[in-house]
Amino acid sequence: MIPTSFEYVRATSLEDALAKLKAANGSGKFIAGGHSLVPLMKLRLSEPQLLIDIGRIPDLAGISERDGKMVIGAGTVHHDIATSSVIRERCPVVADAAAMIGDPQVRNRGTIGGSVAHADPSADMPAVLLALDAEIHLKGPNGWRVVKAPDFFRDLFTVDMAHDEIIASIQFAPLRTAAYAKLYQRASHYAIVGVAAALHVSGGRIASAAIGLTGAASHARRLTNVERALAGQPLSQQTIAPAAQVAGVDLAEVNSDIHAGAEYRRAMIPVFTRRALESAMARA
Amino acid sequence: MAPTPVLPKLVGERVKRREDPRLIQGRATYVDDIKIVGMHHLAFKRSDVAHGRIRSIDTSAAEAMEGVEAVFTGAQIAELLAPMPIGTPFPSPPHRAVAVDVVRYAGEAVAVVVASNRYTARDAADAIVVDIDPLPAVVDPELAMKGQPAVIHGDFPNNLAVALVPSGTGVSADGKVDDSAVDKAFAAAEVVISQRMMNQRLVPNAMEPRGVVAQFEPGKGSMTIWSSTQNPHILRSMIAAMTGLGQDQVRAIAPEVGGGFGAKINIYAEEYVAAVISKRLGIPVKWIEDRSEAFVATTHGRDIIGYIDVAAKRDGTVLGIKLRLIADIGAYNMLLTAAIPTLTMMMANATYDIPAIRTTLTEVFTNKTPTDAYRGAGRPEATYFVERAMDMLARELKMDPADLRRKNFIAPDKFPYVTQMGAVYDSGEYEKALDLALKASNWKGLVAERDAARKEGRLVGLGLAMYVEVCGLGPSSSLPTGGWEHGQVTVERDGRISATTGASPHGQGNETTFAQMLADQFGVPIEHITILHGDTGVVKQGIGTFGSRSQAVAGTALHLAGGRVKTKMAKFAAALLEAHEDDLVFENGTIGVKGSPASAKSFAEVAGYAYVPVPLPPGLEPGLSDEAFFEPANNTYPFGCHISMLEIDRETGEPVLLKLIAVDDAGNLINPLIVEGQIHGGLAQGIGQAMIEEAVYSEDGQLLTGSFMDYALPRATDFPRFELHSTVTPTPVNPLGAKGVGEAGTLGSTPCIVNAAVDALGEFGVTHIDMMLRPEKLWRIIHGGKA
Repeated sequence: MIPTSFEYVRATSLEDALAKLKAANGSGKFIAGGHSLVPLMKLRLSEPQLLIDIGRIPDLAGISERDGKMVIGAGTVHHDIATSSVIRERCPVVADAAAMIGDPQVRNRGTIGGSVAHADPSADMPAVLLALDAEIHLKGPNGWRVVKAPDFFRDLFTVDMAHDEIIASIQFAPLRTAAYAKLYQRASHYAIVGVAAALHVSGGRIASAAIGLTGAASHARRLTNVERALAGQPLSQQTIAPAAQVAGVDLAEVNSDIHAGAEYRRAMIPVFTRRALESAMARA
Repeated sequence: MAPTPVLPKLVGERVKRREDPRLIQGRATYVDDIKIVGMHHLAFKRSDVAHGRIRSIDTSAAEAMEGVEAVFTGAQIAELLAPMPIGTPFPSPPHRAVAVDVVRYAGEAVAVVVASNRYTARDAADAIVVDIDPLPAVVDPELAMKGQPAVIHGDFPNNLAVALVPSGTGVSADGKVDDSAVDKAFAAAEVVISQRMMNQRLVPNAMEPRGVVAQFEPGKGSMTIWSSTQNPHILRSMIAAMTGLGQDQVRAIAPEVGGGFGAKINIYAEEYVAAVISKRLGIPVKWIEDRSEAFVATTHGRDIIGYIDVAAKRDGTVLGIKLRLIADIGAYNMLLTAAIPTLTMMMANATYDIPAIRTTLTEVFTNKTPTDAYRGAGRPEATYFVERAMDMLARELKMDPADLRRKNFIAPDKFPYVTQMGAVYDSGEYEKALDLALKASNWKGLVAERDAARKEGRLVGLGLAMYVEVCGLGPSSSLPTGGWEHGQVTVERDGRISATTGASPHGQGNETTFAQMLADQFGVPIEHITILHGDTGVVKQGIGTFGSRSQAVAGTALHLAGGRVKTKMAKFAAALLEAHEDDLVFENGTIGVKGSPASAKSFAEVAGYAYVPVPLPPGLEPGLSDEAFFEPANNTYPFGCHISMLEIDRETGEPVLLKLIAVDDAGNLINPLIVEGQIHGGLAQGIGQAMIEEAVYSEDGQLLTGSFMDYALPRATDFPRFELHSTVTPTPVNPLGAKGVGEAGTLGSTPCIVNAAVDALGEFGVTHIDMMLRPEKLWRIIHGGKA
């Protein structure tokens, strides 16, 4: 990799990271695993003059359970999420999706915070965070801010996050009855279509459902028409299959590239929605 | 004398690769590890336009940058360097190392920077402003043949690099074509299969990209050039010719080379440019390719369209084949570019006794990266076209694919067999390989398994393919460089052995296999043997590593050289032992009289005596070193049978390879472990081509699969566990009986997988699917009208 020249500093705390970012006056970038930023620097599409390494900030990485919520530090690498016994036990969809990201090298370097901040339209984790209605905890010069995932992912590589903010953690209420299914792009292992389905089940019925879709459009989004079709229905294959049929029909524009044309992608959205729902149901 | 341990025979044993510890521990020296005081770095400014006229190049900003030593445009390089030569006898347009006036593919160099470090060099290259007036990009070879949408080289109307070369039955040496036999075959046909097939373009992607360090020493007037090349002796010849130096004044070194797959045979623009810049400026210079450059600046492979017609009787007897080939060779002829598709013609006979074959070849320029050799180089393409067509014929005749092939095999008693294409197959027992594959795979069981799966609604298919390959290239009449190989063996004063080989390996494991041979030949421990290679200052002569020739040709050269040294050493030992040299045995690190081991002398003692020969036995010169040039009389023709089982997801079109059973016959094996490694690698690349690899260009000539984000290289998780088996049919072409195996894995695997995919989708009436097996493509077949 031959990027343009840059300075490198290591931040010791969130406050220190923010102070260093401010001092860089718009020419600084945070780096943790570097798996989104470095490929851009390689192509010289991103030319930061200062890299602020947040990878060793104490407590930025780690998984815990607090007040009934799972808390994943933004600096936690995908591999640690994929292999976390507490995540696998309490909210296996997150571990499943983490295990399907990229390849072992990517999973051992890339972080959940980096992936979420970058918001690649084909990234896996945004779909899961949408389905879990997760909170993104941000710190900025004016203190803390919490954004719900559905409000966070706004457009292509665009999130509700100011340039002077940093993601500290991802938090969500754990749910066992959720699953992720994806059609792999065979080169990058990104999702051509990825669907995360979360079912809130009560007394044999789907009290409510949340479905997150990635890969198909400009950014990850909820499939609200499927959610509506499922709400209040009995938890059964007979409910799921027809509900999945309407997945994506309301999408005005669907991505198209050499790996999958729009028509094919559209056809895959209901397939992977149904598969995710079936796997979620199997966990009920 | 202390008793010596008994040394086991090593030839035929699974000896672990001696080169691996340093490679996997990061202790090997690649080109990028070469550092010389005063060394500068090159960076190339490359065209981001596929076809266009250069209006202007402004290098002023680059030249003004601190640390920049010089900037050369194409015109300035042209003053130092003639157009690059090619290694085939075909006509070729002038090819400047750095483009002058016109650019012909995205990625072609337009200027080069010399700077004090790599980063500055790249910054300066980025600061060069190139104004290019775009011309229409030529990307479709079949339109290109009509001169559409543009002509790329003025002297080549309709973009025809090679207009039309016929070959096969009724084509005489002077090119006269008599079609009567082929016409008769097709007139007698009860069934004719016709299909257009695409053997798509691939990006070789060696783990180590290319690199070069050139050091001209003005005081000595000589040049040393390190390069990530498969053939340092050819590099030396070419650099000498292009820099005006003698071959005695150029030393070429291929240090550790991290894979080549054929793409490091060619001598590249960057190598010539580094050499002339070093000579011009009197400083050492280095260039290391980055991965993004490797995708566009290193030659691609394959990219041949085949129009095949097979004439047959309804009982399955094949009467004739017509194969019309159109090769998209990209923007320029490289070293072997034009010759690669001729190997596709050469192997159109496949494993079958076919009375009439007509092949024709047209090679077309397009605005893409040039093609050249890529693992298999022409033979996988031939195998693919013929084996796909045979499968279509079996399907049409409702014959078992194995039965159809069996009916048409060249019988074992017909070898040596002269094919319709003029090749002389050395030896073969094709039915034996087929039978073993059927047995090892439990073919009948697989058929039952497939049929049971289909009853459940699953789309499961079985594929089978035979192959015959050309290895051990190949007499001097077939290669402009000469087709021999060189080996030298020296027993050192301490009894250890140094051996040099002209075949410079880049992953083949020669340091192990050649040492195994010599250890057995001299009866010494393998640890006492060093195989030297890759340095023309150390290795007197050589051709290089390509065409699966190392073992068959270079291995034989070393074997012959070893024999000569051994004969001389026996004379010294005979003098010491007061015995007759014919009565001596070399074993367990000793040389002694047969039957009386107690009196044996140690190998080291005899070696020491040969260097301080007091008294000197009459008729002998001191020393123990000799060499051999081995010129093979013919190529070798290994063969095999691959079988695969594949399932396609009915909902998504995703294919999954469930099983791959490979039977390969490479003749005698020196090291089955290394042979299996070679087959594994070949299978991975053959499966990659069938399933996930494809270089895709946009209409304006941009490589859309220009990084690993879009170009899929197979991962271990893409494969089932390969099931390997072998038959052994030695070749009479060399005394080792070894045929070669480096490329074989890519031949059978690719068609056998596509055959399985077509079988899986048979219920939808499909008879052919072009590679790669993209899920969307398969989904469209499955969902047909309702898609």
